[in-house]
Amino acid sequence: MISTIIIDDEPLARSVVKEYLQSYPQIAVVQECNDGFEGVKAIMQHQPSLIFLDIQMPKINGFEMLELVEQPPSVIFTTAFDEYAIKAFETHAVDYLLKPFGKERFGKAIEKFLGQPGQQKPNVEKLLSAPAELPAQQERIVIKTGGKIKIIPVQDIHYLEAADDYVRIYLSEGNFLKNKTMAYFENALPGMQFVRTHRSYMVNIQEITRIDPYEKDNHQAILRSGARIPVSRSGYAKLKMMLGI
Amino acid sequence: MFTSPLQTRRFRIFFAACWTCWSLLHMYVLYWFGFEWETAFTDSAVSNLLLLAASLLSTITLSYYIPARNKYGYILALCLVLSAVWLLLSRSLLMLLNPDTNDYSAFFSRSFPLRAAIGFLVIGCMSLLSVLWYTMQDQREVEKRKNEAEKLSKEAELYNLRQQLQPHFLFNSLNSINALIGSQPQLARTMIEQLSDFLRGTLKKEENQWASLEDELAHLQLYLDIEKVRFGHRLSTVINNRIPDMQARLPAMLLQPIVENAIKFGLYDTTDAILIEIEASLDNQSLVLEVRNPFDPETSSPRKGTGFGLSSVQRRLYLLFARNDLLQTEAAGSLFTTTIKIPQQ
Repeated sequence: MISTIIIDDEPLARSVVKEYLQSYPQIAVVQECNDGFEGVKAIMQHQPSLIFLDIQMPKINGFEMLELVEQPPSVIFTTAFDEYAIKAFETHAVDYLLKPFGKERFGKAIEKFLGQPGQQKPNVEKLLSAPAELPAQQERIVIKTGGKIKIIPVQDIHYLEAADDYVRIYLSEGNFLKNKTMAYFENALPGMQFVRTHRSYMVNIQEITRIDPYEKDNHQAILRSGARIPVSRSGYAKLKMMLGI
Repeated sequence: MFTSPLQTRRFRIFFAACWTCWSLLHMYVLYWFGFEWETAFTDSAVSNLLLLAASLLSTITLSYYIPARNKYGYILALCLVLSAVWLLLSRSLLMLLNPDTNDYSAFFSRSFPLRAAIGFLVIGCMSLLSVLWYTMQDQREVEKRKNEAEKLSKEAELYNLRQQLQPHFLFNSLNSINALIGSQPQLARTMIEQLSDFLRGTLKKEENQWASLEDELAHLQLYLDIEKVRFGHRLSTVINNRIPDMQARLPAMLLQPIVENAIKFGLYDTTDAILIEIEASLDNQSLVLEVRNPFDPETSSPRKGTGFGLSSVQRRLYLLFARNDLLQTEAAGSLFTTTIKIPQQ
């Protein structure tokens, strides 16, 4: 038996998927979710092998929800976004269904999923390492801390620090880990606001109060919070350019 | 300021060749009249170098200022002045440089009218060519600007069309209809009817038209009904029209994007059921429309001014009334209010 979860904020959109799934008795819908928060919980609880996922949803979108799941299942996107927006991820998901879709098109997506070698090993990881495509993702970062999901508006970030395979995000209220690379954040965060000052540091330039020389050839940026951030030589050049000095 | 024809390599070579030929001819003619090679060379070099300077001066002058159509008096005057200056300068220089024999000064005096004529002709030709060149350049620029403006307006038109059709709304509505066909065919029919009425209304309206408040609210109601089917119990709406028996008017399709915005904002910024309130009232000869939606102040403080996709509304209001204060937004607690004022004529 293959278990699946439908995550979509429109009840009628979920009912279409449910209706079409009636022709596939080997696939059972274990839960329906209204939004990404419910989605994360349901995936943890049921560990389904397949999910149907809408992209535009309340609070966090489909991509952000996937980021919060440790071992994401196979994904079939169901969305009204046009094909251009989809290009970026179409190669990584099992399939994507453009709303409204017919039963035949739906059947093809299911066949693709069933015929997928190593059904349990989807390439969702690759999908998630792709640079942020939706504008909302450049305005906020979604993290999981304890059992809770936290949405951080990017301007609240003071700085980011590389920590092994993670990046530590510093805010006034503390710091949070996110399993992404510095390169990812360099792409995703607005370039006008964040500067990679060092191999392991990225700084919100609005937080900088002072830049002091530090040791030979190096500098350090002093933030409003008092934190001292290393600035490499090339980082200093970038900072100077951004600040127009 | 235009780019001079002499900035093109091809023209420069051509110009230099002509000038050299002319100078050599000048020198040979003097030699043929019986002057020494040296005298002939000095005469040719001084006259033609000065003539070159005068021609360049006219080109440069005209690159900064081209007289209006049919006002060629300015060019004539410029040529006359330049020729006169050229004549006087070359005369004094030549008298200084060449041996002061009777022969040469007498010859110079005799050839004076000829020199004047040639100088005037050369400078005149150069000026006319320059004017022609610059005018052509000017026309090309105008053409280019026109094309660009046309392209921009076409893009704007396309954008408007796309906005009118609202693909996201349309496809999601069709998806809901698709779902209803299976479960509640009667409701599917109602929704198709509503969607058609809404789309027809949208296509009929043009941006520069004014519509009565009643019509606009009826059109809005269609939209709200469709959205309510899509989002089920999560979305409820209230329209309060506090203008009794009064014909208030507003620009067509102005309220629509504000309400769309409020719904999107409300639905995607919270996970709870939401209420969208729309209120119309009169204040001091102005129609006041308020749209309220809930939002989550923790994750999306409305920090970007009027943000949230309202800039096109702001722009339209500015174009219509030349005022920037007609659109106001306010966030109080977890309620976001968008207010527009429309002066009634």
